[in-house]
Amino acid sequence: MGRGEYLVKNLKRHWMLLLMLLPALIYVIVFSYIPMTGIVMAFKKYQYNGGIYSSPWNGLSNFKALFISGKLLQVTRNTLLYNVAFIFFGVVFEMGSAILLNEIINKLFKKTVQSLMFLPYFISWVVAGAIIYNVFNYERGVFNNIVTSFGGTPFDLYNTPGAWPFVLIFLKLWKQTGYGSVVYLAAITGMDQEMFEAASIDGASAWQKIKYLTIPSLRPTMMILVLLGIGNIFRGDFGLFYQTVKSSALLQPMTDVIDTYVFRLLIDNGNVGVSAAAGLYQSVLCFITIMVCNKLVKKANPDYALY
Amino acid sequence: MSAETISLTEGTIIEEQKLSDKTVIRKKKKMSSDQLSVNIVGALLVGIFALICVIPFYLIIVASFTSENSLIRDGYPILPRLSELSLQSYALCLKNPTAILKAYGMTIGVTVTGTFLAVLFATMTGYVLSRKDFPWRNQFSFFFFFTTLFNGGLVPWYLMCTRYLNFKNSIIGLILPLMFSVWNMIIAKSFMAGIPAEISESAKIDGANDITIFAKLILPLSKPLIATLSLFSALAYWNDWYNCMLFVTNEDMFTLQYYLQRILGSAEAMRIVAEKSGIALPSIPLEGMKMAMTIIATGPIVLLYPFVQRYFVKGLTIGAVKG
Repeated sequence: MGRGEYLVKNLKRHWMLLLMLLPALIYVIVFSYIPMTGIVMAFKKYQYNGGIYSSPWNGLSNFKALFISGKLLQVTRNTLLYNVAFIFFGVVFEMGSAILLNEIINKLFKKTVQSLMFLPYFISWVVAGAIIYNVFNYERGVFNNIVTSFGGTPFDLYNTPGAWPFVLIFLKLWKQTGYGSVVYLAAITGMDQEMFEAASIDGASAWQKIKYLTIPSLRPTMMILVLLGIGNIFRGDFGLFYQTVKSSALLQPMTDVIDTYVFRLLIDNGNVGVSAAAGLYQSVLCFITIMVCNKLVKKANPDYALY
Repeated sequence: MSAETISLTEGTIIEEQKLSDKTVIRKKKKMSSDQLSVNIVGALLVGIFALICVIPFYLIIVASFTSENSLIRDGYPILPRLSELSLQSYALCLKNPTAILKAYGMTIGVTVTGTFLAVLFATMTGYVLSRKDFPWRNQFSFFFFFTTLFNGGLVPWYLMCTRYLNFKNSIIGLILPLMFSVWNMIIAKSFMAGIPAEISESAKIDGANDITIFAKLILPLSKPLIATLSLFSALAYWNDWYNCMLFVTNEDMFTLQYYLQRILGSAEAMRIVAEKSGIALPSIPLEGMKMAMTIIATGPIVLLYPFVQRYFVKGLTIGAVKG
């Protein structure tokens, strides 16, 4: 049977499956693949009448403007450092709370605690922004109410850029931990219970079992989640930064990430070309990170590779 | 091996068994003491964390029921100030209910339509790619997966949506951007790969076509998957403010979260103007209104979440299977 004949036979047999695939194919072509060709915008001077494809080329001047602004290094550093912190503390908090939750004997208490921890996952970043406002507002915030009632001087978060990494990391953990711990908890429940019984018989204490059995057995789960995190290490969580920091220029050195920068260039400044250049810079950075990361992992342990 | 040695080894095994039984009994007492310490430390730590998770909600609720005068004078309360309890903020929010009702209607409409389409897209695509007899499944899987590895960035996507697809002030602009997610597709694919292939095969032999098999056989077997995907999608649509911010300028089409964002922002802006220009603060109870609006916009989700939470937990476990 020839190649063409084989193709025709398969098409005849599976045309309906192809039909079912069609809507999603059109979707990714329209929303992902055609926009990928739009990266030419990074090398063009955007004109409203010209659109993506008919605006005139302007070489590398968008990138030049990007580098001259001096912002690029700052936002890249911020994105990277915030994500490193999110990954590190995320693992510690999620794994830690899963292990501790698993040890709690009282079922009702465990369930209640888990539900409460899950609550922040269900709210939007807008609401999280309202919470930050309620707690840290300079004149009326709960935090300053407590501080002043103990005779301290009120603390102005919106004038203290250096405090924001703590606030943002805390907020991220606050919103994410309950959700993230579920994956670890499922992994713990799926572990071989005989292993733990055998360890008890051999005289292992509860702490020892956590240290020598539970944590090492969670390594595959942890590796996959960390890898996913590293793959997105140059992508900022737009909602977190946008809804809490708002557009305060004073705080930007500590809180501006690539995503908020790209957004501001496009929407607030209407600087389409430079924004596209920054976006392309981010996409390439992300792509390289994922590729290198996956290759390294594949070499070390193929089971952990993402694809 | 001679009979003697067998009985000997058997003997020692029994001996050991007895010994370990004894140690088990002895260990059980010791275990319960350090088990107890783990239990207490664990309960304390996660208990504190759980409290930190709910306290902000409590603070917002208390503030929303406190009179504006008290909020301005004494700040946001930590404990409820009984003499200052008031429904003033809610009354103000609901004085002109049209805007809120419109935002609610918009959000519910977008969430229901969007969730339906999102689940249909994810399951349909996932099913095709889970069929082992589909010859191009790897190529197509990669075609989808590649979009998670590389993208054109915000600008080309935004221009596509606004210039070529005309999403400005259109409800489609609120539905389409969140409709298809490759991750949901992968979850669907790996779930459906667990359904025995014989079901599709035998139905095919009986003359059923692929769409019938998908709709009549596979979907009914995928209820946990559908529940999970629906919840993830519904939450994404309900909490969406981003697409509304990008595409919608018509106030009649604001979604709930974006409406809240505007209230939080514009109230703040009004205050800044009032303070800067030296005019006395407007008598509009802005502070309480912000908190009351937050509660109004969050309410349904927080009330629903205890019931849907376990499906999320299940779904995360489904999703944990590598695609």
